[in-house]
Amino acid sequence: MLDKNGIAKRIAKEVKNGYYVNLGIGIPTLVANFVRDDIEVEFQSENGVLGMGPFPFEGEEDADIINAGKQTITTLPGASFFDSATSFSMIRGKHVDLTILGAMEVAENGDIANWKIPGKMVKGMGGAMDLVASAENIIVAMMHTNRAGASKLLKRCSLPLTGVGCVKKIVTNLAVVEVTDKGFKLLERAPGVSVDDIKNATEGHLIIEGDIPEMDV
Amino acid sequence: MINKKVVNVTSALEGVTDNMTLMLGGFGLSGIPENAIAELVKRNVKGLTCISNNAGVDDFGLGLLLQAKQIKKMISSYVGENDEFERQMLSGELDVELIPQGTLAERCRAAQAGFPAIYTPAGYGTEVAEGKETREFDGKMYVLEYAFKADFAFVKAWKGDEAGNLIFKGTARNFNPNMCGAAKITVAEVEELVPAGALDPNQIHIPGIFVQRIFQGEAYEKRIEQRTVRQRH
Repeated sequence: MLDKNGIAKRIAKEVKNGYYVNLGIGIPTLVANFVRDDIEVEFQSENGVLGMGPFPFEGEEDADIINAGKQTITTLPGASFFDSATSFSMIRGKHVDLTILGAMEVAENGDIANWKIPGKMVKGMGGAMDLVASAENIIVAMMHTNRAGASKLLKRCSLPLTGVGCVKKIVTNLAVVEVTDKGFKLLERAPGVSVDDIKNATEGHLIIEGDIPEMDV
Repeated sequence: MINKKVVNVTSALEGVTDNMTLMLGGFGLSGIPENAIAELVKRNVKGLTCISNNAGVDDFGLGLLLQAKQIKKMISSYVGENDEFERQMLSGELDVELIPQGTLAERCRAAQAGFPAIYTPAGYGTEVAEGKETREFDGKMYVLEYAFKADFAFVKAWKGDEAGNLIFKGTARNFNPNMCGAAKITVAEVEELVPAGALDPNQIHIPGIFVQRIFQGEAYEKRIEQRTVRQRH
């Protein structure tokens, strides 16, 4: 079974040379730590920066340079700043190659819910609805089950949706799953996790074809 | 040169009255019009509708207006990090409209650019699109979203000149340029106000035509919401 860093490490392998990538808050942010040094990518943050670098050294924080999680950041050579409308032009206009974000639920048809729990948590969708409505390549990073042990890979989402039919791939602590026309297709198992473990933790339709390889992480 | 300079924040906010709709720039606490917010608290105008990506934190930014119960309605994309906000929302004192961040930006930009509405794919099939007109273009569904109508836009820039030209810094830029000229009156506050001619016209982010009033803010706290650092090895 993977921890959060393990999930991030596995997703980092999906990041290809030349990609512009938007990372959501939480596990997705960790992905930047695991991208290979010989690959050139630029990270976009929807509050208006492309070419995001690591956190600043102590004493070098700048209130005017933050990411979408409101954390202080630095920029790398080649970076640029821009306004919010331009930022979402990059996103809606499909100029960003890969979007990695967290989710509370994903359905077997690719629907995603990650912004609201009625009566409990209403913080808002931020840029998530714009991201999932337009991105061609969306990977969800999340735990396979919630804290109560219930599956987060469902037949239908029970929470208010963020987007419809948009998720292409899911990487969890247990598995790599592709969203297909026929349901969730199991691609890889996490180290030490059996196909049955994954089946038991998946409420939606899980397609298992042939031998399922263990993830290389 | 058409001079947009006003002497201070008090004259900059002349004409702001109860029940107005205001746009306020900023993302989190970065690039918020700190001086205009402080003056709004001082003027004690009530029943405001505020269009701003976030709602500040409990004791800073728009949180100050919430504490003083001056806001009737918030239109934002993300409102975590604010207990008083949550309390007022759950008790029904505060009306909240949550909209996608890109839609928020584009509804500002549409108002600035003279478009009555725009079609966006964001929110299609979700509760955000309920009751709204939708339309198919090239096999994909879009939601009709209207341009905002606001009385005042309060924006913050790094540098500005007396002609109202603005230059922003870092990610403090965010929604500020999109709100310029998107309301009946745009008030810009800057860290440094210089005479016309002192800024290179090639480097201007927002031309003065979009700004009606400009002043130099007295002080900027520039509070950091999430101070994150790495260790030196």
